[in-house]
Amino acid sequence: MNTLILRTVAPVLTALMLLFSIFVLLRGHNEPGGGFIGGLIAASALAIYGIAFGVAAVRRAIRFHPMAIAGAGLFISTLSGLISIFFGVPFMTGLWIYPVFFDVEVPLATVISFDLGVYLVVLGAITSIALALEQEPGPETGGEEG
Amino acid sequence: MATPSTVPVDLSAALVLAPVPLADWLVVLPVASMIAFGALLMMVRKSVRLQGTIAIAGLALLVLLDAGLLWRVMVHGPVTMVMGRWLPPFGIAFTADLFGAVMALVSAVVALAAGIFALTDIDASGRRYGFFPFLMLLMAGVTGAFLTGDIFNLYVWFEVLLIASFGLLILGSEPEQIDGALKYAILNLIGTTLFLIAVGYLYAIFGTLNMADIARKAGTLRETAPLTTLTALFIFAFAMKAAAFPVNFWLPASYHTPRIVVSALFGGLLTKIGIYALIRVTVMLLPVEREELSLMIAVSAALTMLIGALGALAQNDIRKLVGYLVIAGIGNMMAGVAIGTPAAVSGAILYALNSVATMTALYLVAGEAARLAGAWSLSGLGGLYRRAPWFSAASFAFFLAAAGLPPLAGMWPKVVLLKASLDIGAWWLAASILVSAFVITLALGRVFLLAYWRPLSGPAPKMPGEDAPAGDWRIVLPLGALTFLVVLFGLLPEPLLDLTQRAATNLADPAAYILSVFPQSAIERGALP
Repeated sequence: MNTLILRTVAPVLTALMLLFSIFVLLRGHNEPGGGFIGGLIAASALAIYGIAFGVAAVRRAIRFHPMAIAGAGLFISTLSGLISIFFGVPFMTGLWIYPVFFDVEVPLATVISFDLGVYLVVLGAITSIALALEQEPGPETGGEEG
Repeated sequence: MATPSTVPVDLSAALVLAPVPLADWLVVLPVASMIAFGALLMMVRKSVRLQGTIAIAGLALLVLLDAGLLWRVMVHGPVTMVMGRWLPPFGIAFTADLFGAVMALVSAVVALAAGIFALTDIDASGRRYGFFPFLMLLMAGVTGAFLTGDIFNLYVWFEVLLIASFGLLILGSEPEQIDGALKYAILNLIGTTLFLIAVGYLYAIFGTLNMADIARKAGTLRETAPLTTLTALFIFAFAMKAAAFPVNFWLPASYHTPRIVVSALFGGLLTKIGIYALIRVTVMLLPVEREELSLMIAVSAALTMLIGALGALAQNDIRKLVGYLVIAGIGNMMAGVAIGTPAAVSGAILYALNSVATMTALYLVAGEAARLAGAWSLSGLGGLYRRAPWFSAASFAFFLAAAGLPPLAGMWPKVVLLKASLDIGAWWLAASILVSAFVITLALGRVFLLAYWRPLSGPAPKMPGEDAPAGDWRIVLPLGALTFLVVLFGLLPEPLLDLTQRAATNLADPAAYILSVFPQSAIERGALP
């Protein structure tokens, strides 16, 4: 698998896929897409990087442990639901603000932050599994089961 | 929808527009806080010491929130909050009535006790593996199941607690644990799938998943829809979850394999969720069909309690012994469901509350006994009475409570259930409750005789990896608190008897529950069918 072609293409492909995953995440607001599919695309980007350069390189690149990323996502999603306690509306109610950037009104909501949380949960959980599967079997990872 | 701020929309047809009082948040906060704490613990997975502190703080908060919720429900009646403001039955409703709130509170207390005990029982590698995040997610699932008012959402919380329980079960990855976990996983997945099929069937019949809505519509559909089949499916799925005969075999095969704290949590909480769901669906939603199937439930209940008691008598491993006691208790609770009168259901609820506390305590006692005497088997244990008199006294209290002997808390639910079964003339059900209690007394008497009174020859071998000093607060506090509860409610059962009586009456006549989800104004206005 680890050919010169893959190693040359992988960084570009990973960057493109990560960018695309964010596009899909934001597009999911009104059209097909969203946090779940965005997270899956981002996780596959990291998986390709892992196949090309090894698991250690991916772990260095994402800085945090994948499970910590998933935890942060879950935390953001929960907080998005809890914000409505300050506005006298039930849990998980979508709350909107309408800031204007360069004369363009951009509707922002707790729905987006919830979806961002989903994105991170999926990214973290799937990356965690993928890295465990890609890990070379070695003495420190528990032998054949890896 | 991300529409610009200038587009006017009429919201009153789809959304709850009345402001939500802050106290209503008590329905959602127990679950939301557990998920938030679980997420936080996932982020600090590597800091072993910090994890314990955060987890105990979270569980203490859960106890406070559940206590506040119970108080709110006792004063104001059932509390409802609909997720995302959508009008029920389209929005997912969280509805807490007395039954759900009191179960949630007892579970939280038990989880706090087990969490404190876990500070000694779960070592650094177990914590890095994620014991505390799994515990938080387990409690989110358990609390969610007790508080949700939507039957599909109930299924989702079943899944949440099931996934958390898989993680807890294989903590340590020993071959024996994988073997137990496989049996547990396969049978529980079959049970959950049956539950899902039943929910799909229910949706096809009723066109709604909201429990209050189902309770409203069941009367009009009874003539035409196959509700008895549906009820039988639900009973089978929940019986599997609760480990009732003849689908009880997964429990003794798996509950003795994990760490003792995990066994304690499972034995105390998970089977009781099955009983909770059984009572919720058959007693509140489909009572007429439950009546038709009552003989089947009663036979299963009688066999469950007898098999549990006899199994306990036959065991040598004390963890397996307690596993059979859990099964025997399930039989008693199902007897209450089979009889179905408010008195019997209140007996079942009381039994469930008592069983949550007692079974958790018995597993913790087993763990502590094994730590002191260095063995899990009755043939290896001995001399505990001489070595640890106070611990022996606490164990004795739990043994009496589990056997249903006075003056401990375990007696009252059995008395209520006995009276209820004699009232309808089911003498054989009453007899099996008595025989089961008698055999359990024998089994636990055997434990006390062999493990506590029999002198141990030679110094006790230590269990590997257990180095907590005797009288450690992390062991004394949970066992002491549970002993206190069991003794207190044995001597002063009135408030609890009164509470469960009210809970059972509200289940038999869920008018207040329905009103809480669909306020009178909405029905009168004709906005809803």
